[in-house]
Amino acid sequence: MLGEHGFFILASYGVSALVLGALALSIVLDGRSVRRQLAEMDQRGIRRRSAGRDAS
Amino acid sequence: MALMDLANPTRFLALSGRVLPWLTGAALASLALGFYLAFQAPADYQQGETVKIMYIHVPFAWLAMFGYTLLALSALGILVWRHPLADVSHKAMAPIGAVFAFLCLVTGSLWGRPMWGTYWVWDARLTSMLVLLLLYLGLLALRSAIEDQNQAGRAAAVLSLVGFVNVPIVKFSVDWWNTLHQPASVFRMDGPTIHPSLLWPLLICAIGFSLLMLALHMAAMRTEILRRRLRALEARAAAEAAYA
Repeated sequence: MLGEHGFFILASYGVSALVLGALALSIVLDGRSVRRQLAEMDQRGIRRRSAGRDAS
Repeated sequence: MALMDLANPTRFLALSGRVLPWLTGAALASLALGFYLAFQAPADYQQGETVKIMYIHVPFAWLAMFGYTLLALSALGILVWRHPLADVSHKAMAPIGAVFAFLCLVTGSLWGRPMWGTYWVWDARLTSMLVLLLLYLGLLALRSAIEDQNQAGRAAAVLSLVGFVNVPIVKFSVDWWNTLHQPASVFRMDGPTIHPSLLWPLLICAIGFSLLMLALHMAAMRTEILRRRLRALEARAAAEAAYA
């Protein structure tokens, strides 16, 4: 289906999927880690003074 | 609502929280459609099936340049308006742009080997794209080398504005110099030279990757805003503990 150069085509798509997947995963995990630390601060009673007004 | 109101970090968090799931869904749907059409499209009369690499390589190249343009605009926001969201945008885009520039070089290299007989040549297009990747990496290194976040943001903004001169060089390198890399075949004054059966899947893949880049940028910006809030809270807690 991909002809004699199938290796180069599959390698291109494979590397791209791997690297983009790793980038997306690192962004998601970083976000979770920061949210968890914020939640821990909140549990300790340390929160932004404007926390009640925030829509986030 | 004024535009500057939307640039308020709290409003940005609220708005992006609603937009991000739709943006991610639209990106994945566009990419699924684009790849389906790409693998249904005919082989190129000269390059055969290796033209399938074009559907990822070309969007990566466009978006590596678009990402750097967004960095330069954010740098203006940092230096001229001193807007905190501009610094957040700048910091969030650098690693994403670096990944797209890296993938452009890797997929180009894997396309070059069967078509040109080599993974790499020092021609103007390839070299200027490598310089773009090095600029992205330089920005990341600069930010991590300076402890003061405001100072790091301003230094990175200056570097990204200086480095922006490379973006038109990447784009027009194939016109200004004799290169092994082919000239532009989509964005041309006389219109695209690619057959519509190959052009449409390429454009849909490009839309999908663009939406993906914007979604990743938005998600990274949200995390960066929360990280700055966390740092401020930690600093306040430390100050309160010191006075207690």
